[in-house]
Amino acid sequence: MESRDREGVDIEERKGYQKPIYSYSSYITKGELIDSIVRYALLGASVSTVIAIIVISYSLISESMNFFTHISPYEFFFGTKWAAFFDDKSFGILPLLAGTMLTTVIALGFAIPIGIGAAVFLSEYAPVHIRKLVKPVLEILAGIPTVVYGYFALYFITPNLQAFIPDLYTYNALAAGLAMGVMITPTIASLSEDAFYSVPQSIKAAGYALGARKSQVILRIVIPYTLSALSAVIILAMGRAIGETMIVTIAAGLRPSLTLNPFESVMTMTAAIAQAATGDSPRGTVEYTSLFAVGVYLFAVVAVLNMISGYLRRRWEIKYE
Amino acid sequence: MNKIVIAGIIAAVVVGVVVGVIGTTGINKNSGTQGVTQSTETQPQTVQQPAVTPLRGNVVIDGSSTVYPITEYIAEKFSKVHKEVNVTVAISGTGGGFKRFVVNETDINDASRPITDKEKESASASNVRWIGIPVALEGLTIVVHKNNNLFANDCISVEELREIWKPDSSIKLWSDIKPEYPRQEIRLYGAGPDSGTFDYFTEKVVGKARSSRTDYIPSEDDNVLVQGVARDRYALGYIPLAYSEHAVDRLKILKVSEKGGECVFPTNETVTEGKYPLSRPLFIYVNYDKLQSKPELKEFVLFYLENAKEAVNAVKYVPLADKYYTEAVKIIRNERYGINDDTTLTNLYKSIK
Repeated sequence: MESRDREGVDIEERKGYQKPIYSYSSYITKGELIDSIVRYALLGASVSTVIAIIVISYSLISESMNFFTHISPYEFFFGTKWAAFFDDKSFGILPLLAGTMLTTVIALGFAIPIGIGAAVFLSEYAPVHIRKLVKPVLEILAGIPTVVYGYFALYFITPNLQAFIPDLYTYNALAAGLAMGVMITPTIASLSEDAFYSVPQSIKAAGYALGARKSQVILRIVIPYTLSALSAVIILAMGRAIGETMIVTIAAGLRPSLTLNPFESVMTMTAAIAQAATGDSPRGTVEYTSLFAVGVYLFAVVAVLNMISGYLRRRWEIKYE
Repeated sequence: MNKIVIAGIIAAVVVGVVVGVIGTTGINKNSGTQGVTQSTETQPQTVQQPAVTPLRGNVVIDGSSTVYPITEYIAEKFSKVHKEVNVTVAISGTGGGFKRFVVNETDINDASRPITDKEKESASASNVRWIGIPVALEGLTIVVHKNNNLFANDCISVEELREIWKPDSSIKLWSDIKPEYPRQEIRLYGAGPDSGTFDYFTEKVVGKARSSRTDYIPSEDDNVLVQGVARDRYALGYIPLAYSEHAVDRLKILKVSEKGGECVFPTNETVTEGKYPLSRPLFIYVNYDKLQSKPELKEFVLFYLENAKEAVNAVKYVPLADKYYTEAVKIIRNERYGINDDTTLTNLYKSIK
């Protein structure tokens, strides 16, 4: 507050005038007015995110209430068959949950080792010129639209996998999961690299002073020190994988099947929503409202993940100061 | 004090704008699917004009997404000739379109199946009279992987297809069809439940519209299905002829027999002649009274039939015989069709096969 006032007044004085904005009110200077505009505009910006959450939750929940007046929660949460658009309708979410979990686990299984490995290399081993080359490449990878990854999975990953796995479906969870893994790798690499970079030099130096080798410093000091940040990064990446829609819609097959076999076609929760939303199912029908019920479920899963992330962060937080 | 008041006003404005933006986006989303059809409703009602040149007025069309490409092609061409006639084509599906057609909201309904008895009753309840005009044919092909030589004579029967595709079918492996087939999972590809193809296939093959097994890979995009069948060694799928005939180098199209009849390979000829079992006519239904009273509507229907072959070929369906179109034009021009009639022209196309 003080510095702002001082600066405002300074500028006015330097320019040689101290004219009030309104003749009837000499209390507000131009600087102060700009200041409050900026302040409340920023307040509005942050409030709008809260409003967005409220509006989204409201629309999701009110529509899914309609759904649950027709379909019992038991059938929805424990049903093993999803057939929203057929004559004999069925709304069991378990196949969709299995599809989401399957593709997400594949994506994380690919992205965590590679992402964190790349981050360790970049922050601990890489010479400056390599670092300068690799970082922008990672950022380009993060900027590729997901629809491109979807076709990359379908037309590149799948045919190559089929050379090794003849039984592989043309539309399968494995290729979609791997493409998703490629997609979230830069996020993991970039954020964990930031975390590694934040490890105080003094602690690492202490490790070396005690005679530790580089690998020991990384495994015993850098990774434990950043474990909380890493867990948050992984949860964030997991959230992206769970919410990813385009890749699984294109490459995973849209066949709801209760399976954990990565070679089969699966449908994820997001793909089911996309299918329901783009089709011509009339508003107000059960199959239309089902997409909101799935949306609420997805929302809840991601919220739980965030809570787990917060819990892990608190538990593993190591204070060296 | 003043500061707080002004700041408060600014904050209120900002929040208001934000809420407003969110609100409008929400409304747009909500009205999304209805937008297309509503746009036609806002058209001014037909102003009756004496038959003068240039032709004026409007033609309101709704209905099947399957027929839409043909009608849209013709509507565009028509608008170039008759600039004063406003033609709108919406997509509500055959059934959704009939709901509007039978209460006199539209002039023409695109239909991928004949009008049902129930729809006929609704129409007469609202004093809406109509005629049905076949405009094109569509053939549905059964496709398997290129190297699949399991079927004798590369032929499958509609009855076998029914066993495979009926709800909760017990056929999971190829060997479930015939014991000598390999014990390999049968991988099924078919139309997504939003497509007219799905409606047709389930009704024709399974016997009940929208009744189908659900553990197959669905897509509304036929190229997705071509891609799937072309690469899965143990795949079987159904795809419109327009798509599969362009992929014959990548997959195998089976012949189809029905009720012990001969095996027929789908071609434009066998579909046109009605020999191929999985072929169906596509229709437009026209409001009878408006056809009499609106010269622009009559002109549009005649234009439709005169240009149907070109349009149908352009959008890759199967056209009806040339003679049918020329005869149909004569029937419309001379008004030799009956009231509430979907037989005059249907009989004509059947007789010309």
